[in-house]
Amino acid sequence: MLSGTVVVAVSFAYLLVLFAVAYFGDRRAEQGRSIIANSWTYALSMAVYCTAWTYFGSVGRAASGGVWFLPIYLGPTLAMTLSWLVLLKMIRIAKTYRITSIADFIASRYGKSHLLGGLVTIIAVVGMIPYIALQLKAISSGYTVLTGQHDSGFFPFAGSSWVNDGTLYVALTLAVFTVLFGARHLDATERHEGMVAAIAFESVVKLLAFLVIGVFVTYVVFDGFGDIFARAFADPELAGLLSLKTASSAGYGGWFAMTLLALLSVIFLPRQFQVTVVENVNEQHLRRATWLFPAYLLLINIFVLPIALGGLLYFGRGTVDPDTFVLSLPLAHGEGMLALLAFVGGLSAATGMVIVETIAVSTMVCNDLVMPLLLRTERFKRSEHPDLTGLLLGIRRGAILGVLLLGYLYFRLAGEAYALVSIGLISFAAVAQFAPAMLGGMYWRGGTREGALAGLLAGFVVWAYTLMLPSVAKSGWLDRDFLDHGLFGLGFLRPEQLFGLAGLDSISHALFWSLAANIASYVLVSLARVPTGQEASQATLFVDVFRRGQDAPATFWRGSAQVQDLLPLVARFLGAERARRIFQTYALERGLGGIEQLKPDPGLVQFAETQLAGAIGGASARVMVSSVVQEEPLGLDEVMDILDEASQVRAYSHQLEEKSQALEAATAELRAANERLKELDRLKDDFMSSVTHELRTPLTSIRAFSEMLFDDPKIDLKDRTRFLGIIVSETERLTRLVNQVLDMAKIESGHAEWHNTDIDMRELVEQAVETTAQLFRDRGAVVELDLPDEALHLRADHDRLVQVMLNLLSNAAKFVPTAGGWARISLSRETGQIRVDVSDNGPGIPSDELGVIFEKFRQGGDEHSRPQGTGLGLPISRQIVEHFGGRLWVRSTVGQGSTFTFVLPVPPENAETVQSTQ
Amino acid sequence: MRTGLAGQRLVAAFFVGALLFNYPVLSLFDRSEPFIGMPMLWVCLFVLWAMMIGVVAWIVERGAR
Repeated sequence: MLSGTVVVAVSFAYLLVLFAVAYFGDRRAEQGRSIIANSWTYALSMAVYCTAWTYFGSVGRAASGGVWFLPIYLGPTLAMTLSWLVLLKMIRIAKTYRITSIADFIASRYGKSHLLGGLVTIIAVVGMIPYIALQLKAISSGYTVLTGQHDSGFFPFAGSSWVNDGTLYVALTLAVFTVLFGARHLDATERHEGMVAAIAFESVVKLLAFLVIGVFVTYVVFDGFGDIFARAFADPELAGLLSLKTASSAGYGGWFAMTLLALLSVIFLPRQFQVTVVENVNEQHLRRATWLFPAYLLLINIFVLPIALGGLLYFGRGTVDPDTFVLSLPLAHGEGMLALLAFVGGLSAATGMVIVETIAVSTMVCNDLVMPLLLRTERFKRSEHPDLTGLLLGIRRGAILGVLLLGYLYFRLAGEAYALVSIGLISFAAVAQFAPAMLGGMYWRGGTREGALAGLLAGFVVWAYTLMLPSVAKSGWLDRDFLDHGLFGLGFLRPEQLFGLAGLDSISHALFWSLAANIASYVLVSLARVPTGQEASQATLFVDVFRRGQDAPATFWRGSAQVQDLLPLVARFLGAERARRIFQTYALERGLGGIEQLKPDPGLVQFAETQLAGAIGGASARVMVSSVVQEEPLGLDEVMDILDEASQVRAYSHQLEEKSQALEAATAELRAANERLKELDRLKDDFMSSVTHELRTPLTSIRAFSEMLFDDPKIDLKDRTRFLGIIVSETERLTRLVNQVLDMAKIESGHAEWHNTDIDMRELVEQAVETTAQLFRDRGAVVELDLPDEALHLRADHDRLVQVMLNLLSNAAKFVPTAGGWARISLSRETGQIRVDVSDNGPGIPSDELGVIFEKFRQGGDEHSRPQGTGLGLPISRQIVEHFGGRLWVRSTVGQGSTFTFVLPVPPENAETVQSTQ
Repeated sequence: MRTGLAGQRLVAAFFVGALLFNYPVLSLFDRSEPFIGMPMLWVCLFVLWAMMIGVVAWIVERGAR
């Protein structure tokens, strides 16, 4: 038995130590040497999850349900395993957009909606009040147990009146401390380093205290684990607690529901969000917390069942409230100091929870409930408030006090009737309602404001009807009638067997119906319409937070404001000096000289809004900033355009690549064309030199003979006639040469005139042979003709083909030997073509010259042996034949003569249908 | 690590844990006879829990290197 004075003194001393730790933490943070910037402190601060509920309530639950206290801790273990998927993303989103609470998170995600933020806040407050009441109840009943103000069963004497009730003073004291920890001053980042340090310290204290009590019960009162369990097995009543099936009626479904509930709670409880997300210093700290926090949970739970069984074995069943075993067992053994240590541990757990939870909830109340309402009132808008930091602080402090007093009220109304664990589970089920809107918002772009509103509202209403109201009714403050017979006497509306669903424990039942209603409403209402521009832009910012990086949000804001307007606005909420400082830093980061040089661009507006969001919440910040900004709201199409920008850039770069490839190909073509041009240039030069050379030869002889006639008038007539004959013949040769060059040029340029008529090849060949008969006769050569019996018709230019024949025949005549020469001309019809062969028994053409003779001015043989010619005959002939779609080629063996052959295509049946070309 | 091997291992660990801590695997340990003098369910839950924490610690601390 301890005196009340000692207990109160120790409690206050402990709170002062806590405050010293927090003060030290804040000081170090100001000096930039943070003591919480390590993963161990981070993981320990997460252990704020273990409240007085864990400390006292787990034992109570184990005493009535065996291992059924465990799902509350297995759930968080599983949740932490997924922390790299879920929590990391939440942290990144919250840091990037300065989100300071769950209400702010959900409101920001669904288009910065005040309504949504307010609803989340109300759910959080209503859901957390029983939980806070639970902490007050734990402290006050712990106090009564320690000071002996209880009956033989350690049940406290009921407080006679409010004034005499110590719990009220506990609540007020906690309110003062919470204000000292979390609302002494306003911080733009909403981070509380000192508080986190104190929470981590408390986590160590409560773990050590609980382990000490556990060791005391297990090894001092009893003889180790084996002894306790052996005795429990021997007791038929206690043996039932050791099995999952016999300990509770909830069954495996209930076990699963409880695990799921705890899994969601450890992510979405406001205080967990505060320490895990808002107070996170470095994302990498999450890595160690992934296993360290579950390890902490395991440690603090090892002795729960032994203490519960030990208490039941020692006191007997039903005599002592199992929630107080942690205190009553040491007291019953006369260990007053041990009991005091246990109380301090419990105090740690309770104060830690109350401080963080009320700070988190008060931030929500201030930013998402009070500020939006204040901003709405005309009086507030019109009046000039130079500095609102005091107002903000006042609202927060008021919210902290209000939440704690509400908790006290709940404790007075309903607390006595319920065990600790049941109260905690009611709160868990409330925060589980945030899960669909939060998780959906982080991974699904389609969620809309109405969807989130509908989901939260449906889930909250079902939760209140199936869990909250029955708890109040069971406390006797409501008529129990609707519990047993349903609302309005409708049986299917019985809160704990909604629509006749029986066989589940009340928590699983409520969780199933509320989450089903929540998820269904969220998804179905969201799918009713396309998200608006603002929803879509926020959705993208949240869902793609890892891809977009820190600078992205500015792109979604189209508006501008002068720094002279924005700075005073931010100063109103953050204080003039701090506002100047952060704007100065912003300017320096952008390489500007000072605040005056800041340009009124969307980035500046975004910066100001983000700063304000930290202090008054995203939705309120948007309202405040838009009051000084000329903003054009973005439509969905424009947002989509911005989103498409990235893909457009990718498309452009792809196009660029394609173009550069095309450019390379074009370059290669140009290079080839250039080579070809150079080649043609060379050919032109060759051609020119050949032509001039060919022209010079006849000119030289004409000039020589003309000069002789001119110089010597006495040349006799015979010589004169011979000379004039040579001059005429050379002139003719010149004319022929010039004609051929012109001809060649015309054909090559495509300007030649073609007069197509129906011709008979047999007639044409005969005519050509006749024309050249004299040439062969002069050489003493024989001409053999091999012609078909019928006429071979074909549509072509008669004169041109004669030209080809004459050329080939005159060539043959030139080369046949002077004695025994012969030439054979054969005409034949092949499938689809007419073939003409002109053979001779001349010297033949070496194989390396076979191609050359068809080039311009190239003649076979050497300079001396070859007969006269222009060297243009064969090229022209080939051009003509190819013009009519045929081919001209030569076969030759040196010493055995040559055969020139050309073929001309004709339509298979009839020469008349040969189509005319040009 | 978010999308890397460690991240995938953690997801796998989550599913293994969810399997072990639920029906029907859980019912295998729910025997009335003692196991080394202690309730089998209680011992198995804590051992599995500790093993899972060990595996997760191995995954994340290894990924830190």
